[in-house]
Amino acid sequence: MNGQLPDDSLDNLLAPYAGRGREALLPVLWDVQTAAGHISPEAVHRISHCLRVPEADIYGVIGFYSLFHANPTGQRIVRVCTDPVCGLRGGDALLEALPDDPQVTIEHSPCLGLCEHAPAALVSVRGEGERSLAPLTDVAQLLTPDALPDYPVVHAAEPAVLLEGAQPDRAQTLADYGDYAGLRRALALTPDEIVALLDESGLIGRGGAAFPTGRKWHFTRGDPQARRWLVCNADESEPGTFKDRALMEACPHRLLEGMAIAARCIGANHGYLFIRGEYPLATQRLAAAIAEAEAANLLGVGIGGSDFDFRIEIRRGAGAYICGEESALFEAIEGKRGFPRIKPPYPTDVGLFGEPTTVNNVETLAAVPGILVHGAAWFRSMGTEGSSGSKLVSVSGHVRKPGVYEIEPGITLRAFLDGLCGGVEGELQAVLMGGAAGTFLRPEQIDVKLSFEDLRAAGSTFGSGAIMVFNETVDLRDVLQRLARFFQHESCGKCFPCQLGTQRQLELLQRAPQPGDAQRLHDVGWTMTEASLCGLGQTAGSAVLSALEQWPGMFGEVERQHG
Amino acid sequence: MAEDPVTLTVDGVELTVPAGTTILEAAAQLGIEIPVICWHEATTANGLCRVCVVDEDGGRLLQPACIAECRAGASIETRNERALRSRRTILEMLAASVDLSEAPEIEAAMADCEADAQRFPDARAREHELIDDNPFYLRDYSQCVLCWRCVQVCAEDAQYTFALTLDGRGHDTQVATAFDISMTESPCVFCGQCVGVCPTGALKPKVEWGLEQGLAPDEIRSLTRAPRRRREE
Repeated sequence: MNGQLPDDSLDNLLAPYAGRGREALLPVLWDVQTAAGHISPEAVHRISHCLRVPEADIYGVIGFYSLFHANPTGQRIVRVCTDPVCGLRGGDALLEALPDDPQVTIEHSPCLGLCEHAPAALVSVRGEGERSLAPLTDVAQLLTPDALPDYPVVHAAEPAVLLEGAQPDRAQTLADYGDYAGLRRALALTPDEIVALLDESGLIGRGGAAFPTGRKWHFTRGDPQARRWLVCNADESEPGTFKDRALMEACPHRLLEGMAIAARCIGANHGYLFIRGEYPLATQRLAAAIAEAEAANLLGVGIGGSDFDFRIEIRRGAGAYICGEESALFEAIEGKRGFPRIKPPYPTDVGLFGEPTTVNNVETLAAVPGILVHGAAWFRSMGTEGSSGSKLVSVSGHVRKPGVYEIEPGITLRAFLDGLCGGVEGELQAVLMGGAAGTFLRPEQIDVKLSFEDLRAAGSTFGSGAIMVFNETVDLRDVLQRLARFFQHESCGKCFPCQLGTQRQLELLQRAPQPGDAQRLHDVGWTMTEASLCGLGQTAGSAVLSALEQWPGMFGEVERQHG
Repeated sequence: MAEDPVTLTVDGVELTVPAGTTILEAAAQLGIEIPVICWHEATTANGLCRVCVVDEDGGRLLQPACIAECRAGASIETRNERALRSRRTILEMLAASVDLSEAPEIEAAMADCEADAQRFPDARAREHELIDDNPFYLRDYSQCVLCWRCVQVCAEDAQYTFALTLDGRGHDTQVATAFDISMTESPCVFCGQCVGVCPTGALKPKVEWGLEQGLAPDEIRSLTRAPRRRREE
C-alpha cells in the first residue's frame, strides 16, 4: 500500500455522503486523508461527483488546511510543536533528531494546545487517525507512540465549578455528572426568561472577545421566522491556550448540557461542535458523551419528554488557527477555505448557511448549566463586577506547576503565580498575557488583578486566559520570532495587511536588527492592527508592538512616530 | 422601503448620498480619488487589498472605502497620516513580494503616498516561473497581487467554469488549477475574462506578449510547451 485506495474502498467511503452537498466536504476529506494518507486526484474527482463541488475548489480546500495532504505521505505523519513553550522545552531538538525514513513524514506544528505537558507532538497513522503525545522525553517515543500513556488532564482548583468532579485520567460519565438538571430547568423557562437570567448573571464570552452571552442569544432570536443554528467554537488554537481542551477532556457533559440550553433558548435544533483537528482525545471523549446523552434522551428527539429536539454534530477542523474566527469557522463547516467574512452583517443575523447563528466558546457554554441550576446571584457572587463567575486559565512556561486552573477573577497575577502555580522557576523576566495575540507584562506589573476590566485598564488583555511565563534565561527575541512564525503560518492570506504583514514581521525578526527595523516593525504592526479584515490580522502584531513598548531598545530606536 | 439619504463629510466637505452608498463612491462624487487594487466594477468586492482604507471618526479600525457604507454624521478622512501610513505600508510590503513593473496604476498609487519600493530590502518575494501551457495566455504569478479577480470571474462572478482556485495560505497563497494541471487539461474554456480583469501583468494575452517580443503570430502559437509539472512543495 502506498496510499492508493482501491476503487471499491473509495466507493464505500463516499456512500454515506451521497446526496449531501458541499457542507460534507471536510468530513469526506478527513475520511480519505485518514484512510490513504493523502487525497489523490482520483479521490478529488470522485468527491467532486459525489458532493457536486468543482475539483479546483476541492483542491483549494485541501491546500488551505495543514492536516490535509494533496501529495502522498509516509505511513505516519509526525508533527512536533516548536512554538514558544515547546520550543523552551526541547521541541526543536526532537524535530531535528527524527531520523530520515520514507515511511515517516515529519512536519513542524504550530501550538498543539498541550503547553503544560511540553514538548508535544501529534502523530497520524494511516488507517488509524491522530494521537497526541506529551510530554516527550526522547525521540523514540515519536516512533513507538503506543508506549506513551495519555497525558493527565487537569489541575482543578477552588472554586471548582466548571471543573467540578474532574478526574486526571478519564472523562466524567453521565453517572458522575448527573442528568442535566440545568437543562431540565431551562425546559421549564421561556427563552426570554433564559436570556434574562443570563443577562443578570453577567456572563461574558470566554473565547477572547468578552461579549455578553445573554445579548448574543437575544440577538440571534431577532427574526422569529428564520431557522437558527448553534455553534460551539472548540477550535482553540491560540498558542499557550489549552483550557477548552482540558474542559472537554474532563467534563464533556457540562459542555453538551450548555449547548442544549443555548439551543433551547435561541430555538435551534441542530448544533455543530467545531473542534480543532489536533485534539483527538477531546474529540473521542465528546463523541462518547454525545452517544451516552442520546441514549439517556438528554440529546436527540423529544428531550426529557418535552417537545424540544436537539442534535449535536462534531465537526473536526483540519489545521487552521483562523477557523477560530467565527465567520471563518462557518466557512469551514460549509466546506470552504476558512476565510473570515466581512462584518457586518454579524453572525446573529447572517451566520452559518446565511442564517442567524449563535457561536459561543466552549468555556462560555460550560458556564451556563450552573447559572440555570444555582441562579444568577450565585454566579455573581464569584469574581468581580465586570468578570462574574469563575474563569479557566492556561498557565505554561517557567512556573513550577503549569496547567489549567479555575480561578475567581480578582486575584492578582502575582498571588496566582506564587500560590496555585507553585511560584516562578528562576527569576521572572516577562509574562505574555492572552496568547500569541496578547501583550507582555514586566515583573513590576504583575500586581494587576486577573479580570477582564483590570487587565484592560492596565493596557493588557485577559483574552482567552492564556498566561505564558518566561524567566531570565529566555531570549525574548526568540519568543517573538516563534510568535511571528505562528502568524505567518496561520494567516489565511485574504487581506493584504495580514498576508504581507505577517511575512514581513517574521523576516524582520529573523534578521539581526538593522537601522530602521524598529520603525518597520512599528509600521507593519500598526498597519495589521488598524487595516486588517479580521481579528487575527488585527492582533498579529500585538505581541511585537507590546514588546516595542515594554523594551524599546530591543530592536533599536523608533525614528518616526505616527498615530 | 427606501432608507433616508445619508449626510456625512469627506475630507471636510459635506455631502448627502443615498443609503447604501460606499465611501469610495461618495468620495468619487467629490472628485476625491481613493486608490484601489482589488476592487473592480465587474467583480464582487471582497475588501482584500485595504489600500483604500480611510479614517472614519478616528475609530479603532480604518475602514475599507470600497465596501464600507456611508454612515450619517460620519467624518471621513481619506488622506490623514493614519490612513496614509497603512496605505503606504501595504504598498511597500506588496512591492517587496510582487513584481509590479507591469502595474502602472499601483506604481502611481505608490508615488501618490510616497511609498518606498525598497523599504523591505531583504524580503522574500513571491517568485514563480512563467507558465506557458496554452495557446492563448501566459501566467506569470511573480506579478500576481492576489486580488482574486481571475478566480472570481472564472466562478460565480461571470463564467461558472471553476477552472481556478486559490492554493496554499497566507503569503504563500497562489492562484492555481486543481493539482496544477495545465489550462488545456482544466475545465478552462478560454473565455479570456480572467486576462481582462487582471490588474498587473500576471495574466498576459499570448499574442500581444509575443508581438512585443518581436515574434510572428505563427511562431507565438508554436511556442506552447508541454503541460507544466506540479511545483515543489
